[in-house]
Amino acid sequence: MAKVLMKGNEAIAEAAIRSGCLNYFAYPITPQSEVAEYLVRRMPEVGGVFLQGESEVAVSYMIFGASAAGARVFTTSSSPGISLMSEGISYMAGAQCPAVIVNIMRGGPGLGGILPSQADYFQATKSMGHGDFRLLVLAPASVQEAVEMMMDAFPLAEKYRNPVMILGDGLIGQMMEPVEFPEGLKKEPLNNDAWATSGMDTRKSNQRNLVKSLFLDPEALNNNNLTLKAKYDKMKQEEVRFEDYNTDAPYKVLIVSYGTMSRVCRTAIDTMKSQGVEVGMVRPQSLFPFPEDRVREAADVPHCSVVASIEMSMGQMVEDIERSVQGKKPVKWFGKCGGDVPTPEEVVDFVHTLL
Amino acid sequence: MGKTFARPEAMSQQVTHYCPGCTHGVIHRLVAEVIDELGIRGRTVGIAPVGCAVLAYNYFTFDFQEAAHGRAPAMATGIKRVRPDLMVFTYQGDGDLASIGMGEIIHAANRGEKFTTIFVNNAVYGMTGGQMAPTTMPGQRTTTSPFGRNTDDVGMPIKVAELLAALQTPGYIVRQAVLKPKHIVKAKKAIKQAFQYQLEGKCYSLVEIVSTCPTNWGLTPVEAIKWAEQNMLPYYKLGEYKTPEDE
Repeated sequence: MAKVLMKGNEAIAEAAIRSGCLNYFAYPITPQSEVAEYLVRRMPEVGGVFLQGESEVAVSYMIFGASAAGARVFTTSSSPGISLMSEGISYMAGAQCPAVIVNIMRGGPGLGGILPSQADYFQATKSMGHGDFRLLVLAPASVQEAVEMMMDAFPLAEKYRNPVMILGDGLIGQMMEPVEFPEGLKKEPLNNDAWATSGMDTRKSNQRNLVKSLFLDPEALNNNNLTLKAKYDKMKQEEVRFEDYNTDAPYKVLIVSYGTMSRVCRTAIDTMKSQGVEVGMVRPQSLFPFPEDRVREAADVPHCSVVASIEMSMGQMVEDIERSVQGKKPVKWFGKCGGDVPTPEEVVDFVHTLL
Repeated sequence: MGKTFARPEAMSQQVTHYCPGCTHGVIHRLVAEVIDELGIRGRTVGIAPVGCAVLAYNYFTFDFQEAAHGRAPAMATGIKRVRPDLMVFTYQGDGDLASIGMGEIIHAANRGEKFTTIFVNNAVYGMTGGQMAPTTMPGQRTTTSPFGRNTDDVGMPIKVAELLAALQTPGYIVRQAVLKPKHIVKAKKAIKQAFQYQLEGKCYSLVEIVSTCPTNWGLTPVEAIKWAEQNMLPYYKLGEYKTPEDE
């Protein structure tokens, strides 16, 4: 298929369909409502399901119910809406139900604003809801990458029987970029007869299935949490994703940045290179699991004197970087979280304060 | 001569955790009998609430999901939208449905989602230990209304069947009871009718069932039935509130 110019939110919607996900439930919220506006027209063309729920809380249970019944399903929202969905997401993780959840982040806390932000880093990677669980979190830096991550997200959710989050800042949803989709619909078969409540008749077995997160017996609950932990440990082994930029140069400063912010950093790195200042970057593409080994290796080279977390949040990623660097190099922070994306010039000015 | 009264196939062998005199067991049995009679066990998915019936799935022999407090109608919506061929019912109590789940039930009913709700109203939160519910009767003592429900402070009990029947979307909304054998016969008939409407893809259906909670009411099972007859039935009047044939 030829390249088309598409808004991020619409490309995300189309990518879900191309991944064989024909079930979408959502509630309107800026800056991601275009996903629903696109799918309300597109789903009928492919025989899919579109429903606007009465609240994000209800939507989180609509996708839970659909997933538990064995369907491939996704939703999209933005920061305050994701907070409301976090209740259902916890239940889905506890009951081991796959789904893809897209968060096109806006500024917070509270209503915050409607402009781009990365302020939900902690929420996405550490505490999406109550209880001991994690999401696999992928963070695209372009519309094309958002499409590719969407298409990877469904098989990953099904592999781990766990919700997967695509964490994009508002710009990823709102900007238009050229994007290319693979031809045709992907039709990976769902393999969930062992657990999905899809009706006993469809499984030709007398075994009834039960989807639940309640384990009143302490040993059973502990075992369920150990099962979940084993999945998160496996994600750390198998799903780490990152991209390097200018790390073959003898950089003095190592930037760690993701999403739209990392693209600004690229421009800043090119500018500084032309001025004779070498700066490297590791861009996490998976935020959980965090590319801790790569960040440590990249920081632990003799020519690197300092690591900088550059993010559209108030230093939320600093803790993961410090954990990775293990005190071998100082970790500094630069960012903004009001909706303005820092400019390349601001990044250059900040890096100069570290030299 | 064959057996004239046997355990329904849709009901498991497990002894329930319900208190002595609790009417959940009767209602479970009615649901199981209807599922057997309609021959739909292999394509039924039940949704358990939070509350006393949270473990309802232990007493049935078909697929079940467990919801969060009040969210069962949203889960049922998700299932029916992606699998309209499945028979789906939510089994909810009055704290679950009429308090924390009011948003979900109203919107599911108003969209005309093609599933069935079995709504067990015993005027109290059971599982959490007898707190006041939206359906608690005026003056009724509970652990959070120890001097009796003060309607000046917390309003009158919510009549769920009447509330949902007021929606313009077609539906089957009925209130029955399980206090006397004649009630039980009518309750079963209503449950069967609700499932049949669902089988025909006709409408949303809710069967409210006036029930008892001897433990949290501090009464014997027999006294509890009398109390419900004297106090609940005059307020929660039994009957069909809406059918899909209505104008």
